[in-house]
Amino acid sequence: MAVGQRVLEVAAFPRAGRLARVREWWEQEHVFGYGLILPALLLIVCLVAYPFGMAIYFSLSDYWVGSPGQFVGLDNFREIFKNDVFHRTVYNSFVFTSIAVLFKTLLGVWLALLLFRTFKFKRLIRGAVLLPWVIPTALSTLAWWWMFDSLFSVVNWTAIRLGIISPPGPNWLGMTSYAMTAVIAVNVWRGLPFFAIIVLAGLVSIPREYYEAAEVDGAGSWGRFRHVTLPLLKPVLAVVILFSTIFTFADFNIVQVLTRGGPVNTTHLFATLAYQTGLVGGNLGQGAAISLFLFPMLAAVVFFQLRYIRRE
Amino acid sequence: MIVGVRSRGARLRSAAFGYANIIPFVFFALFPFYYMVITSLKNDAELYNLKAVPFLIETGVITDHYWYLFFKTEFWTWMKNSLIISVVATSVSLVISTLAGYSLARLRFPGVNSFGTAVFITYLVPPTLLFLPLSQVVVWLGISDTIWALIVTYPTFLVPFSTWLLMGYFRTIPREVEECALVDGATRMQTLLRIVLPMAVPGIVCVVLFGFTLTWNEFIYALTFVSQTANKTAVVGVTADLIRGDIYYWGSLMAGAVVASVPIVIVYVLFLDYYVSGLTAGAVKG
Repeated sequence: MAVGQRVLEVAAFPRAGRLARVREWWEQEHVFGYGLILPALLLIVCLVAYPFGMAIYFSLSDYWVGSPGQFVGLDNFREIFKNDVFHRTVYNSFVFTSIAVLFKTLLGVWLALLLFRTFKFKRLIRGAVLLPWVIPTALSTLAWWWMFDSLFSVVNWTAIRLGIISPPGPNWLGMTSYAMTAVIAVNVWRGLPFFAIIVLAGLVSIPREYYEAAEVDGAGSWGRFRHVTLPLLKPVLAVVILFSTIFTFADFNIVQVLTRGGPVNTTHLFATLAYQTGLVGGNLGQGAAISLFLFPMLAAVVFFQLRYIRRE
Repeated sequence: MIVGVRSRGARLRSAAFGYANIIPFVFFALFPFYYMVITSLKNDAELYNLKAVPFLIETGVITDHYWYLFFKTEFWTWMKNSLIISVVATSVSLVISTLAGYSLARLRFPGVNSFGTAVFITYLVPPTLLFLPLSQVVVWLGISDTIWALIVTYPTFLVPFSTWLLMGYFRTIPREVEECALVDGATRMQTLLRIVLPMAVPGIVCVVLFGFTLTWNEFIYALTFVSQTANKTAVVGVTADLIRGDIYYWGSLMAGAVVASVPIVIVYVLFLDYYVSGLTAGAVKG
């Protein structure tokens, strides 16, 4: 940069003409501004917007891996709607997202309140609690997979020893009634730190005076939480819940590693079904159509976010 | 004085209550990692013995699973791939998003707000929405099944996130500092590089940390765009290539999970506070 600068200055001296004009042109606020966002804009157009257009095109064609297909209109969607596996996936996605987000919210607020109290090993505890969010999800899910093993499950071993269940205990990942519970548990485990840390930031920003005022008015700890903390936390909670909703809805890693959508498709989400259909099965057209079902949820979240931000 | 005593008692009770409640959370958060490590150090006979206590190692610590992982698999190739991909993708994204973030946070030109919104929307797009068309894009670019497929596609989620994060940091720098530099005859680029960037160092550290973490941990693109064992990332290599048929090599599988997490754990331990502030800024600010 410095070299280029010097060259520019030296060159500008004898022929003050063109280079100086280029420099003057570049120094204009709008030219400089557009220039700086150009690389990011190109990236977004070529590798986000264009692929999105392609996804729509794929969904309207009979495109298979290795053979560019023809336009078939809404055939893919018609087929999907007739497919029982897809119905199950829609049901799974809503169950998975609503229960996981609900637990993450409740436990997240509770954990944030606990973290907010001054502890001796504050930094250590925060570090430990945030760890599941930082470690590669696919790898930590491998540990969960082992913990839910059909024969050697440590969860069952513990529960049997404590007398909570009778041996051999449920086959977590192999039985339709338990697999969803397992997948949700891992998602909550992984997403809880995100909630807790952000809600904690919200708690820190609440002025102490409000609590003191509430105390003077005779509010107990529940009263203070109900009438001071919760209302002031609402904006932060709204953002966190919206964020988490879209990323939980679009989850892939946990289900892919833990159950691959099984048993009998009871844990398939849109992303895993799209992967199964589009890449494993090779039917890109239908796979793209399935993954596009993530879009309405994304649109809804974006809509709320933008409205919310604009109001600020 | 009775008041003092009572308040100390109350404080003790409150602290005990806090600890008693936080311990289950800490246990819940850490147990899978503990179990991962302990499994990787146990011999198979104990590992698959239903009578053994799974929480402990009773018949001695062994390192066989690690030896197997290090010398009988392509583990180090995967680690090397992950490192190259993370470093290159993060660096490229940092440059692109620093420029864009500064422009969107500071300069005034027609359309600047719409660009900001576009970046924000892209930030919210989950990778699972676009992996199918992107798998075809990398085929057309001729980089399918190479680490370049990931280096090129990772900025699609890094740049929006980093730009968004940096916009927040740039906004906190007082405008007057830049105006002084401009009045003194510095060019706009000089102002950005010499005045603004040094003041935005915490933001840049955050972007580098999150970039490294997100690329190292990425799963669906790495699983989808690369199928050759020699070009896989650590996360996908361990998850997909250490499992064979019906027999699970749980010991070496957990050893792989442990070692592949180590780089992230080191960075995390060193920069914990940046993770906390970046997480907060990324989600809430803006």
